Amino acid sequence: MAAPTSAVDLSAALITVPVPLGHWLAILPVAHCITLGAVLLMLRAYPRLQAWLAISGLALLALIDAALLAKVVAEGPLTMVMGRWLPPFGIAFTIDLFGALMAFTSALAALAAGIYALTDIGDSGRRYGFFPLLMLLMAGVSGAFLTGDVFNLYVWFEVLLISSFGLIILGSERRQIDGALKYAVLNLIATTLFLVGVGILYAVFGTLNMADIAARARDLRTTAPLMTLASLFLLAFAMKAAAFPVNFWLPAAYHTPRIVVSALFAGLLTKVGIYALIRVVVMLLPVERQELSLLIAFIAAATILVGALGALAENDIRRLFGYIVISGIGNMLAGVALGGTGGGISGAVFYALHSMVLMTALYLAAGEIARRGGGFLLSGLGGLYRQSGGFTALSLVLFLAACGLPPFSGFWPKVILVKAALDSGAWWLAAVILAGGFLTTIAFGRLFLLAYWRPAPMAAKPAAALWRAGLPLAALTALVVGFGILPEQLLALSQSAAAGLADREAYVHSVFPGGIR
Amino acid sequence: MEPLLAILVGLFFAAAIYLMLSKFTIRIMLGIAILGNAVNLLLFTSGRLTREVPPIIPAGLDSLPAGTANPLPQALILTAIVISFSFLTFLLVLTYRAYQDLGTDDTSEMRAAEPDDRPLPPLGY
Repeated sequence: MAAPTSAVDLSAALITVPVPLGHWLAILPVAHCITLGAVLLMLRAYPRLQAWLAISGLALLALIDAALLAKVVAEGPLTMVMGRWLPPFGIAFTIDLFGALMAFTSALAALAAGIYALTDIGDSGRRYGFFPLLMLLMAGVSGAFLTGDVFNLYVWFEVLLISSFGLIILGSERRQIDGALKYAVLNLIATTLFLVGVGILYAVFGTLNMADIAARARDLRTTAPLMTLASLFLLAFAMKAAAFPVNFWLPAAYHTPRIVVSALFAGLLTKVGIYALIRVVVMLLPVERQELSLLIAFIAAATILVGALGALAENDIRRLFGYIVISGIGNMLAGVALGGTGGGISGAVFYALHSMVLMTALYLAAGEIARRGGGFLLSGLGGLYRQSGGFTALSLVLFLAACGLPPFSGFWPKVILVKAALDSGAWWLAAVILAGGFLTTIAFGRLFLLAYWRPAPMAAKPAAALWRAGLPLAALTALVVGFGILPEQLLALSQSAAAGLADREAYVHSVFPGGIR
Repeated sequence: MEPLLAILVGLFFAAAIYLMLSKFTIRIMLGIAILGNAVNLLLFTSGRLTREVPPIIPAGLDSLPAGTANPLPQALILTAIVISFSFLTFLLVLTYRAYQDLGTDDTSEMRAAEPDDRPLPPLGY
């Protein structure tokens, strides 16, 4: 029993006033997803109800994230602490502009995938828990984007990882089990490496709160092995994001699950890796990022080229898109290498947002190609243009956006990145980014020629258009076109997100309103 | 005490990496099990070790006396143990299922997702 009169001032460690209602928004995306996931699990005997509940839940998630984004844009970073303990004792959810943007975009991609799942996931897939796993995946993804604590970030990584294991083996085909084994082992090793980094981080700083670490890194720079730490985090997150040379697991696994699962993974999971890399390396250890920038630039260049060349040599369109995902990761890493001063980070943030929408849309388009053309192999496809002009136009928009051609969303981040590279004197990196775009254009040109323009190899029965497949695809394509034609808003947002990462005052102030200690 | 544990952690990591470099899935799983324990020990060591003083505030005091054990790494390890154990069980089931379905535990023969004889993409139009 605590003594009634205490000499210790507990108000420095505990919250003694009620939390303002608006702050609950910080935790709501995660709480909503977990609750709905549990409810959906109980409703597994009602596949139709489950599906509609999940889709309305995802729509609600997008609304919550939009409200959160609006609040962060208006008021700056938002912090909520758990269990009455103030940071650095308690776990804090801190949402800055970067996290809110990523969370909102991921919710949009998940909503589109959820609607597409109505066509792609049958009753048996729903009974095996597609929708509950989808909600739990979104809980993990949102938690990773919103948390302000490094160990907590690790926990959310694990939440999304275990849900992704469940999703990737949904269907239990032979090749799925093969792909899932490689995916699971490699990703588990990557998260374990991340945990090693967290352990050393705790040993060095004695705290796991990101704001606390960011504020203290300056004093510890001379004594602590921060360079080792930064390299360890770089390796762990590069594995997650599938950067060269640890990218081989992605094309081995991403083409095996149901197409909507591939779409979700391609859209969200690699971007969570990039997000964590930017958060830890750019925000917490900026000096070390500077030191590592040449290495990161080489990795980025190799990733872009490996991805684009791999895409050129593929016959299966899902594997082709897997290489495009890798090539996009290279572009974001180039932004990380170039740093904040020249606009590299804002380019990486913009590219990540564009890539989340685009990669989801591309895989959904792959599903449509297979449904209309009867398969995923380029050697057997043909005649899609004859079948549906509308779908051809949609696909062409997506392909051009992936190549980075104007006027679609891939153009602007590439312009920023190339300009940042030229400004900082890394002309070779700019050349690689442009060459990557060129090779991607050839790969997509070939895909378009073979699958759309070439006459159908045999009289394939044309499949009927389904709104459940067309609506999410059209909505995502509209976003891609919108980002491309009206980029100012997003450009301004990603620039201020990058500025918030470089100048951490607002972030630290949001967690420690009264200054540290 | 810390140097001893640090050496032990190093040995665990070495054994884990050696096992994970094998091409047989069951050895990889053993490596992952050891890797999880290596990381737990690392977290434990990173909290600085003190002997036999539990982190309990004695009667009549307001805060922990100096020299008590650090409770936070133990909370972290508890989380990490739960997670790594559940992942290991999932992976073991997956490995067994892969052995049943693919008929091998040799990863170089697991080519269901990426068959050796995949057709080349069309070279002309």
